[in-house]
Amino acid sequence: MKYDVKMKVNGDLVEEQVTSRMLLSDFIRDVLGLTGTHIGCEHGVCGSCTIKIDGVTNRACLIFAVQANGADISTIEGLSNEDGSMSILQELFSKHQALQCGFCTPGILLAAQEFIDGPGVTVDRETVREVISGNLCRCTGYETIVDAVVEAAALKIEGEL
Amino acid sequence: MIPNRKNSSWIGASLERREDRRLLKGRGRFADDVSLPRMGYVALLPSPYANARIKKIDLKAAQALSGVYLVVTGAQFVKTVGPMPTRSNAPVVQYCIAVDRVRHVGEPVAAVVAVNRYIAEDAVELIEVEYEEYDPVVDPMASIKATGNGVLHPDVGSNVVHKSEHSWGPLSQNLKKAAHIVTENFRWNRVAPQPIETCAAVADFNPAGEYFTIWSNMSQQSIIGGNLAISLGVQETQVNYHLCDVGGSFGGKAGLFHVPMIAAGLARLAKRPVKYVEDRMEHMANGNQNGSDRIYTASLSLDSDGRFTAVIFDVIDDFGAYFMINTGSHGNSLAQATGPYDIPALGYNLKCVLTNKVQQAPYRGFGGEVANFVLERLVDAAAKKMNWDPIDLRRRNFITKDNFPYRIPNGNIYDSGDYEKVLEKALMAADLPYWESKKKSAIQKGKRIGWGISTVNERSVLSMTEFWFLDKSPRFPQTSSPESVQIRIASNGRAVVTIYAPHWGNSPETMAVQLVAETLGMHPDHIEVNYGSTENGMISKGPVGSRYTVMLAGAIAGACKKLKDRIFTFAAHMLEVEKNELVIRDEVVSSAFSSGSSLTFAEISRFAHNFRLEFPAGEEYASGLIAQYTYDHPLTTSPNPDTNDLGIFYPIVGHACHIAIVEVDEITLQTKFLKYVAVHDAGTIVNPKAVAGQIRGGIAQGIGTALYERVYYDDQGQLLTVTLADYAIPTSLEIPDIVIDHVETPSPYTEYGIKGCGEGGRLAAMPAIAAAIDNAFKDKGLFIRELPVTPSFLYDNLHIDD
Ligand code: FES
Ligand code: FES
Repeated sequence: MKYDVKMKVNGDLVEEQVTSRMLLSDFIRDVLGLTGTHIGCEHGVCGSCTIKIDGVTNRACLIFAVQANGADISTIEGLSNEDGSMSILQELFSKHQALQCGFCTPGILLAAQEFIDGPGVTVDRETVREVISGNLCRCTGYETIVDAVVEAAALKIEGEL
Repeated sequence: MIPNRKNSSWIGASLERREDRRLLKGRGRFADDVSLPRMGYVALLPSPYANARIKKIDLKAAQALSGVYLVVTGAQFVKTVGPMPTRSNAPVVQYCIAVDRVRHVGEPVAAVVAVNRYIAEDAVELIEVEYEEYDPVVDPMASIKATGNGVLHPDVGSNVVHKSEHSWGPLSQNLKKAAHIVTENFRWNRVAPQPIETCAAVADFNPAGEYFTIWSNMSQQSIIGGNLAISLGVQETQVNYHLCDVGGSFGGKAGLFHVPMIAAGLARLAKRPVKYVEDRMEHMANGNQNGSDRIYTASLSLDSDGRFTAVIFDVIDDFGAYFMINTGSHGNSLAQATGPYDIPALGYNLKCVLTNKVQQAPYRGFGGEVANFVLERLVDAAAKKMNWDPIDLRRRNFITKDNFPYRIPNGNIYDSGDYEKVLEKALMAADLPYWESKKKSAIQKGKRIGWGISTVNERSVLSMTEFWFLDKSPRFPQTSSPESVQIRIASNGRAVVTIYAPHWGNSPETMAVQLVAETLGMHPDHIEVNYGSTENGMISKGPVGSRYTVMLAGAIAGACKKLKDRIFTFAAHMLEVEKNELVIRDEVVSSAFSSGSSLTFAEISRFAHNFRLEFPAGEEYASGLIAQYTYDHPLTTSPNPDTNDLGIFYPIVGHACHIAIVEVDEITLQTKFLKYVAVHDAGTIVNPKAVAGQIRGGIAQGIGTALYERVYYDDQGQLLTVTLADYAIPTSLEIPDIVIDHVETPSPYTEYGIKGCGEGGRLAAMPAIAAAIDNAFKDKGLFIRELPVTPSFLYDNLHIDD
């Protein structure tokens, strides 16, 4: 049995038919071909499948595609500026070498962007560590990720972002 | 602080990484991102038992399920895909799908290809298997004596697959003369690399020409390609292997080939492209993701002045169910077995045993980190026993900087170093007197402060002899470990560099850009990098054993020399000057003598590509500007067959000093870091930020090993750590900011004096952390012999010592 789903993904309207058990992560990757959302565990532990649903980050591997019917979704592919250039946060990740293999990076960028855009934004390193603590990175040791996010937070607070 | 390099423009610059833009935009290309028309998805049925005979498999229900293309047992699969390649000297045969016997939990016994992974997993559920269970062999000591069905591979006759005893230098004399001997037992538990991306492959088989095309995230493609072909029963020229972005490897994806092999074999049988991506449980239970698993008795002897005179390691290593890596990780332990110390005699007695667990594979350090841990712990034990200062004791025994190249007793050499300078910098940054002064007030708050130090070597630039030199009659005594590059100047004057090893979290493109920019005098923005598949490829060993940047630098130097000659040939003719008076600066070629006339790369290349008749006849003016170069290991020699001299096998040797300052809560016994200092000497640094990244990442894994991680099997051989929730890799809350500094002692043997630095962070972290926790409980006499030091471990050990 397949169900109709309709949602907005990175601003585009998509209409597809899916089985009830299809995970949103598989839907995004295999059906929509948006392979920037990564799958590291499918247990909700690693955070590499993090996407935004109606403005809030979620783990796409813990949600069925049918549950996202009618939702407004954004993925890493929707994070860059309108003209395709990298966002300030992406630029800062590059500047600080906040990634090595880059597999965890899309999820971490979405979690970090939500923090930067949110009401609690601060340059406190421990808070930033807290914010990304649900996203595992096996490569970097996290410090440069914290550096990048803290710098983006500072720009945000100064009103330059 | 990086010393100024007056003449370098690009080596030593922290350029942003070339790899990062696509990854930041979600436009990398990982193996699981590859999708082909008609592609089927694979799911495997794992064995629930650690040791059993497969009596019967019934596939009927699975085959009947709608959406299923193919279901096969191991016995059927082996008819088209032979045993896996192995370096094992003992006759240990391994199939990618078990044939008649399963030897560890999670070993696949049947495979399904279906229209999607969901249906493939449904079908797996419908496969009926009858097993005859045998008693599992889990404890390595029990395994040594096992008989009957407790012997994993009857052809070997026992579970001991390697046994050898070695001594180098005046071992027995020095032991006899010793003023002190410290002997300790250590247990090194299994940990696992656990990259966030599991292993994956997409394979296609074209019956025209019987040609396989494979995309996978396993490394060393030129070697994998050939070995895969043998198992697939085709010529290596019938396999094309594409590189993908790799979501971390840390050694685990360095070349255990069942994932691409299963995909390729099933693609041929199913007559359609096939994707196999391990799920996390498969990665843990069958992904060959376990590092060393060792039991040590080790001794260090000293003279009355506190000089080390000999070190002996007695090691039993539990390799799990198969032995694909042979004794490679012990060869690795031997590369720097005497550490940074001047120790004239070395003993190494080794027993490799098999048990019903997933087999070992390389993990960042490949056994070298274990030997470092044991040696550093012995030094600390000696300091403790004799009541010497652990820093003075190390200093007293350092190889001094005027003693390089230094030959260690087994024949390997260390190229260069300045250990004293590294130590000084680390001590300066750590400020131990300050932390000592804090101890008292901390105690009043229920916290114990401790500091620990490690001074370790980081062997780099792997050669191949370590895989077999401990065997009496090696099966395949390979000695080549080359790396290749192709560089061309396009007709617009831009350089295009083709490399043959994958990006797996290191920075191969960035390295290629910086090295070519430096060597050819180009701007980095004018250099592109791409990856060659095996079909278009040159020979490559890839990023293992901290070798890639050094090897790439050698290959690039060779190719650039050829390329420069080509550029000068064309330019000399165009400028009407002698070739040998030409110089390159900022992509402009001009005469060193006559000022005025000059040509840009773009101008020369345009002519070299388009205007053949402007140049004289003769091969040297053949169209285009392209050069290829294969660089062999800078310094390897053959071992002696009787192993009394292992030859030079890992001579590019960096050094590190780590100082960990920890705080342990007296009630919860949780350890946290107050400060962590890491000073490394990896020779000349190409990109300081990238090197710092490797060091930090290594330390994070070292912290995981020291405090949190362990692969647990129960006494039935059941794997208890099967998700990232059970197997606790550190999060951002467990890893502190690291104070990093460098010393740069160039290697005399490599291009630009670069040394490898991919593993040092992990190689140095564990002993420093263990020492710091000891130090926090100095009054209780704590001495750590086993990791991870979890709160419950501490609880037990502190109470035992009471
Ligand atoms: S894949 Fe979703 S949390 Fe790991
Ligand atoms: S960059 Fe590799 S897992 Fe984070």
